[in-house]
Amino acid sequence: MNNQSNTSTAPPLSRTSALLLKFLGSMNLAITLLVALSIAAIIGTVLQQNQPYTDYIIKFGPFWFEVFKQIGLYDVYSSAWFLFILFFLVLSTSTCIYRNAPNMLHEMREYRQNIQLKTLENYLNTNSWLLTQPIEDIQHVVQKILPHNGYSARLKDDGSYVLISGMKGGASRLGYILTHLAIVLICIGGLMDGNAILKAREMLGQVVPETKNIAASDVPQISRLGINNQSFRGSVSIPEGRQTDVLFLNYKDGYLVQELPFSVEVKDFRIEHYESGQPKSFESDLVVYDDRLNQPLEKTISVNHPLIYDGYSIYQASFSDGGSKLEMLAWPLMGVNKQPQKVTTKVGDEFQMNISNEPWILESSNFRLFNINPSENPDKQFENSGPSVQFKMRNKMGEAKEYLNYMVPVERDGAYYYLSGVRASPAEEFRYLYLPVDDKGGLGRFMAYLQALGDEQLLQKIVAEQNFMGSNLPTKETAELNEAMVNVVGLFLKNGMSGVLEQVEKNAPADKLEEVSGLYVRVLQQMLGAVYVDVLIKEGVDVSNVGVDEEKAEFFDAAAAAIGAMTRYGSPVYFQLSSFVHHQASGLQIAKAPGKNLVYPGCAMLILGVFLMFYAPQQRLWAWIEQTDEGVKLVLAGHAIRNKLDFSKQFKKIQAQFERVLNG
Amino acid sequence: MNSTHAALQHELDQQSFWKGLSSFDWLWAIIVVLGTGYAYTRYASLMDGYEKGILVSTGASLIALGWNWKEIRALSLVVFLLSIFAISRYVHGLADAETDFFLRFLVSSQSAIMWMSALYVLATVTYFIAFFARSEFSGKVASAMTWSATTMGLVGLMVRWRETYLVGLDVGHIPVSNLYEVFILFSIITALLYLFYERRYQTRVLGGFVLLVISAAVAFLLWYAFDRDAAGIQPLVPALQSYWMKIHVPANFIGYGAFALAAMVAVAYFVRENAEHKASGGIAMTLPALDILDDLMYKSIALGFAFFTLATILGALWAAEAWGGYWSWDPKETWALIVWLNYAAWLHMRLTKGWRGKPMAAWAIVGLFVTLFAFLGVNMFLSGLHSYGEL
Ligand code: HEM
Repeated sequence: MNNQSNTSTAPPLSRTSALLLKFLGSMNLAITLLVALSIAAIIGTVLQQNQPYTDYIIKFGPFWFEVFKQIGLYDVYSSAWFLFILFFLVLSTSTCIYRNAPNMLHEMREYRQNIQLKTLENYLNTNSWLLTQPIEDIQHVVQKILPHNGYSARLKDDGSYVLISGMKGGASRLGYILTHLAIVLICIGGLMDGNAILKAREMLGQVVPETKNIAASDVPQISRLGINNQSFRGSVSIPEGRQTDVLFLNYKDGYLVQELPFSVEVKDFRIEHYESGQPKSFESDLVVYDDRLNQPLEKTISVNHPLIYDGYSIYQASFSDGGSKLEMLAWPLMGVNKQPQKVTTKVGDEFQMNISNEPWILESSNFRLFNINPSENPDKQFENSGPSVQFKMRNKMGEAKEYLNYMVPVERDGAYYYLSGVRASPAEEFRYLYLPVDDKGGLGRFMAYLQALGDEQLLQKIVAEQNFMGSNLPTKETAELNEAMVNVVGLFLKNGMSGVLEQVEKNAPADKLEEVSGLYVRVLQQMLGAVYVDVLIKEGVDVSNVGVDEEKAEFFDAAAAAIGAMTRYGSPVYFQLSSFVHHQASGLQIAKAPGKNLVYPGCAMLILGVFLMFYAPQQRLWAWIEQTDEGVKLVLAGHAIRNKLDFSKQFKKIQAQFERVLNG
Repeated sequence: MNSTHAALQHELDQQSFWKGLSSFDWLWAIIVVLGTGYAYTRYASLMDGYEKGILVSTGASLIALGWNWKEIRALSLVVFLLSIFAISRYVHGLADAETDFFLRFLVSSQSAIMWMSALYVLATVTYFIAFFARSEFSGKVASAMTWSATTMGLVGLMVRWRETYLVGLDVGHIPVSNLYEVFILFSIITALLYLFYERRYQTRVLGGFVLLVISAAVAFLLWYAFDRDAAGIQPLVPALQSYWMKIHVPANFIGYGAFALAAMVAVAYFVRENAEHKASGGIAMTLPALDILDDLMYKSIALGFAFFTLATILGALWAAEAWGGYWSWDPKETWALIVWLNYAAWLHMRLTKGWRGKPMAAWAIVGLFVTLFAFLGVNMFLSGLHSYGEL
């Protein structure tokens, strides 16, 4: 086959590079790449990216975890194969431009003045007239009507005929170049800002992510990136009043420390809330210290309003507690006769405690100044339940439950309670313990009651006084029964109501089970009540004539319920938050993305290019004017490679204009 | 000057764009300029520079749109008057929506949106009746219903805009901030795009097909509003408080609307193709000719692609400001890219390989599902930074 259609102006190439060029510039490759990119992107969205490795192990098991890790599925967008596809897209698009741009640029300016009459007459859109007007007039008409319709026109006087060539929408060719060049720019810029370089350095062993949770200053050099690192995006949490000159980049299952050529201080961090309690704005007052500055730079940033300094963009990204000081009363829930112990700690710190000769660690993890929730009260939309503290209590086995304690009592059905939520893992919802508040607004009565129930001597005294058996002779049975009653209370304290019932099930004969358990419950109630009254009397409440009023009865029910639930509470103490000093930390994200300088112009070119391509389609018109024996022959013809239907309509319109002017 | 010259002069005068404008066109321009000017002087102190820019360009676009598409003028004026009326009925606050007769039954945003929903569904049915009965009259009624539904939808959004400020001055925002609101926007934009082509091609037979998508959107909207109680006005999270939202979201929905339109034209394409294949000559043959449908499909996808490109780029710029990076491979972003790549491939196939007809129509329908996933599926199944409208 003899194919001679190659009119490219490019210099002659060897056979293989010509083939390579053809392959790279082929539409099939381009489409394949677009589809491959889409599929890769789908994988990246279906499988959550950059999660902790342990999550993936749990999800896939150790074997598949390793396989997927090797393929790079946990960070698809910076995996080698993904970058490879992008690289090929850049190459393919560049080739495309290289091959087409010269033609297109040429075509933009080319008026096709060598076209033959035959060709014009064969176009789909063509019309000819035989006219009586002088040639100059017709020529004049053509030269007016074409520009009038947006065509720029060129005239060629051949002597035997005059050809006026019109063209419109040459910019669409420019649009092609802009669009495709934009793709190349955006991809290159994106690659610069992505972590391909970092990956390469990691593969060469120049950097190794740190996986241990240690202070930034202790992180070894191999996990640090210097200020010459050109592109990164990292974050750092800075407590109010403190500053930083490093940030942390999450990388694989660890992190890297990025050094900054300046330091940033967070002077103040503020959150504003809507009435509904949802956050309305996050703001940080920043001070940038840099030797290159005459004086420190102060600026307030907020979400959507970053600070751009020296090519670094500093964003408000998040917030957290910055080590609020907490003062809490630790009320012992077990043992006898213990006064609350005062504990002073800070959010984020660990506090060693010794409770009933067992070591415990209090790990405060968060403090919240407000807790605004939808109100159950119909008059109010929202209600603020005040400050809360979140912490873990870790026992000597290293096991911990998590707690959420509110500082001020909340109301429920007219009575007030201290709320303490507990859960075994972050996946669970908190379950709440309601500790009733006494007349003085404190926990004194509840704690006194709790202690009284644990005080065996007291119990014995009460049992004797109460004389449940109705006999004043200290018989052997009475003594045994009294002992049993004291034990029931002990059991209840230790294992709750279910513990008591279990005990009954173990000991009572099956046929008497119901009877016996009923008895136990009654006895227990009586004991609990008697101890409660005793506590009230000691408190100085007069119970002699009216007995216990409704409010105190409610207190009793709530206290008994709380104590019954205590076995599931898991902490040997209840922490009552007594005072605090709120300290917040601002979460900043600091990024350097020099690729932006390619990406942003690329984006502008892309938008311009796409609109030009679609909405300035290239269209051509020719008017051939020739003197014949019968008169002047005018042939009007038009051609468009795109939007042919629209063009035909337009051609009809222009044809009609000619018709009206010349024959009208 | 001879007669040819005179005729030429006459022709040039007649066809000149500026001279071709009627006094109504100028009146329209004046009204819009006055309206924009009023809004500007009244609210300039509350707007930042970008928002002022957006306001002025909106005015300019509205003038241009009205000049090229006369119906838009009537639509804008009616929407304007109804919205002003509705806003004026709010005297004591939001609770008036329950007590004031007009608000309750007609123009509170909630009621207006119910009217929109009902009218779109009715219009769908009527378009199909017109199609099967070959009734021109029913077709006209269906068009009128679609226009009315669009009017009510726009009124609903305008009034809702005001209502957000009644909830609290600091809560006020343009109502394109969550899934409920953008579904309304989607219905309106799709309908407007369709109405534009209805006039352009002088045919109403496509109405039923396109309105099917809108009815589906309306069904979702109603389910979402009633079953999930999603119609309430929520304050904006800090990341959404930006002028970018005012341009990013509408641009996106012109894209989505155009892709939906293309897919429904593709369905019509199959119907007609099937009929031609069987040479049945039934009602399906009243649909526009295949090459017209094909062309419409292309135009719609091109329009969608152009605006989707714009929207994605605006989104990237916004992300750079709010999240600290122009691209984070967040699921919503990534799916926008997938949609975009998909239509880029479609356009290339048509343009450089010359594919036409059935495969392209099938691909356009597949494209709608890809789009749907980007628009809805991501919110339902994937979590990420863009989790503003969760189901
Ligand atoms: C992400 C990558 C790309 C995008 C977004 C893109 C976008 C576009 C768009 C929007 C059009 C206009 C379609 C129309 O007017 O209907 C177009 C046309 C075209 N593209 Fe691409 N393109 C990409 C990659 C490529 C590649 C890799 C090639 C080379 C193989 C290529 C070759 C062409 C050609 C030859 C045309 C037709 C130009 C014309 O005749 O006017 N494109 N492209």
